[in-house]
Amino acid sequence: MPDAVVAEGLKKRFGETQALDGVHLSVPEGSIRGLLGPNGSGKTTTVRVLATLLRPDSGTAKIAGYDVMKDSDRVRAAIGLSGQFSATDGNLTGRENLRMVGRLYQLGRAEAKRRADELLERLELEYAADRPARTYSGGMNRRLDLAAAIIGRAPVLFLDEPTTGLDPVSRRQIWELVRSLVDEGTTLLLTTQYLEEADQLADEITVIDHGRVIAEGTANELKSRVGGNALELRLCDPATHDEALRILTTIAPDARAILDDRDVTGTIEVPLGEDTELIAAAIHSLHEHQVAIEDVNVRRPSLDDVFLTLTGRKAEPDATPDEQEEEAIR
Amino acid sequence: MSVAAPAISFSPGAKLRRAFADSGVMAWRYLMHYIRQPDLLFFSTVQPIMFVLLFNYVFGGAIGQSLVPGVDYADFLIPGILIQTVAFASSTPAVSMAKDKQEGIADRFRSLPMARSAVLSGRVLADTVYMAYTVLLLILIGFVIGFRFQGSFGEAALGFLLAVLFGVALLWISILIGLSVKNVETAQLAGFIWLFPLTFASSAFVPVETLPEGLRQFAEWNPVTIFVDAVRGLWLGPVDYQDIWLSIAWAVALTVIFAPLGVWKYRRA
Repeated sequence: MPDAVVAEGLKKRFGETQALDGVHLSVPEGSIRGLLGPNGSGKTTTVRVLATLLRPDSGTAKIAGYDVMKDSDRVRAAIGLSGQFSATDGNLTGRENLRMVGRLYQLGRAEAKRRADELLERLELEYAADRPARTYSGGMNRRLDLAAAIIGRAPVLFLDEPTTGLDPVSRRQIWELVRSLVDEGTTLLLTTQYLEEADQLADEITVIDHGRVIAEGTANELKSRVGGNALELRLCDPATHDEALRILTTIAPDARAILDDRDVTGTIEVPLGEDTELIAAAIHSLHEHQVAIEDVNVRRPSLDDVFLTLTGRKAEPDATPDEQEEEAIR
Repeated sequence: MSVAAPAISFSPGAKLRRAFADSGVMAWRYLMHYIRQPDLLFFSTVQPIMFVLLFNYVFGGAIGQSLVPGVDYADFLIPGILIQTVAFASSTPAVSMAKDKQEGIADRFRSLPMARSAVLSGRVLADTVYMAYTVLLLILIGFVIGFRFQGSFGEAALGFLLAVLFGVALLWISILIGLSVKNVETAQLAGFIWLFPLTFASSAFVPVETLPEGLRQFAEWNPVTIFVDAVRGLWLGPVDYQDIWLSIAWAVALTVIFAPLGVWKYRRA
């Protein structure tokens, strides 16, 4: 399948800060790519370059086959953009906002009207369609902004932190919508600092840090980099702990005790790798030696673990949006 | 499965049609901003009324003394306040441009397959309508306090057009300011403050002859004076053709200098 988004060696400098330091990216048509990274890692700058809003200092990028610098008009006809801040007009109603953007996507008057009505219904905004957008809640505004981004049926969609600052219910609504959009064949590049979001939505994830791609792959591939799954066994009686550990190390040499908050051991972790047979074997041998098990849990590494392994830092979502840093540097 | 990209033609003819259609959409948007903010419209309507009443009844007695005998201060004042009002009205785009940028909607427009010129041309179109409304309103207030046209209908109409023309020429400066500042608050001040010396150090409220040396020369060259004198001539007589041509030249010069600067700033902002 051809790539809908291709970026090669994008570099961009703001004053002292190298915002992009050679970003490479290729997103196959019809897939969802998560662009994951902490604040100031270059996610938003990347999207701004791809959406023709910012000229890179060097490097090239193509959207749907068109060069973002040489053929920016055609690129704009092929993209939808929903940024970190809801770019809706508070003085216009929801319906008027969508019709206006539809017209500017060069839809005919009737088609813009029809698409606006259709999206208002689909995004559950119909009840507020004729109210000025300034009266909308944060979640409603994000939905309206998303509707504006897709009204032109652009084949490539950029969503820059679509759920930052939203409550869990609104966040889920946006996720649902994003999933249904991609079913229709849209290519989506989604930036996020929420690891869960990338995990939930993206086919593949590109991890970016200090303006550079530091890892790429499916969520599972990234997770297996940090060692794959582990079996956690909690014992009923802490006194049986030493015996349990002795039994388990005979079948899995890497088994180790996990200390809890009060430095009491009661749980043993058995790294599994790809060997799922080990689950049954471990439980079976403990059972044979009459060591009672209270709880069994197969733990998959989270993307937090991935980030920690890759960068040595925790990927803590920060309240300050990416762009403010960029703004301050200018 | 792939979704077909919307078919948009990029021939020069299609681009030109798009420039007109998109300007229309943007002009509609900016006009809606006036209509949807009735409080803003109310206060921007009250402001010229207040100026007319204050100047006529507070300063009218004192300044009236220094006028040519037989000229009524209300007649003298209306063309002056008119030019001041369109100058003040021209500051709206500064705030609007800064606000669009701050709220991120400017980025949306930049990412759309619309004519890039349409944001600015739509703004100017909408404000031309607003200028015309302001001028009509002011003439109406003038009638209430005793202002009357002395010349023909044609002369009255030409004066009307000159006033609108001045306001529209200043819009480009305002747009440039709005695109250059960092936030709405700065735009509010920066878009407005330079208009005070420009409109007061002129023939708008007092005869230029009464000003001290230095300031008088500034006032004589001030485009505000030239527009005010041109409109005064047309409405009260005698018609001064030199002032009319000079004011048209000023409007052209302001536009030729500041419109390209505004467009340039918009393209690279």
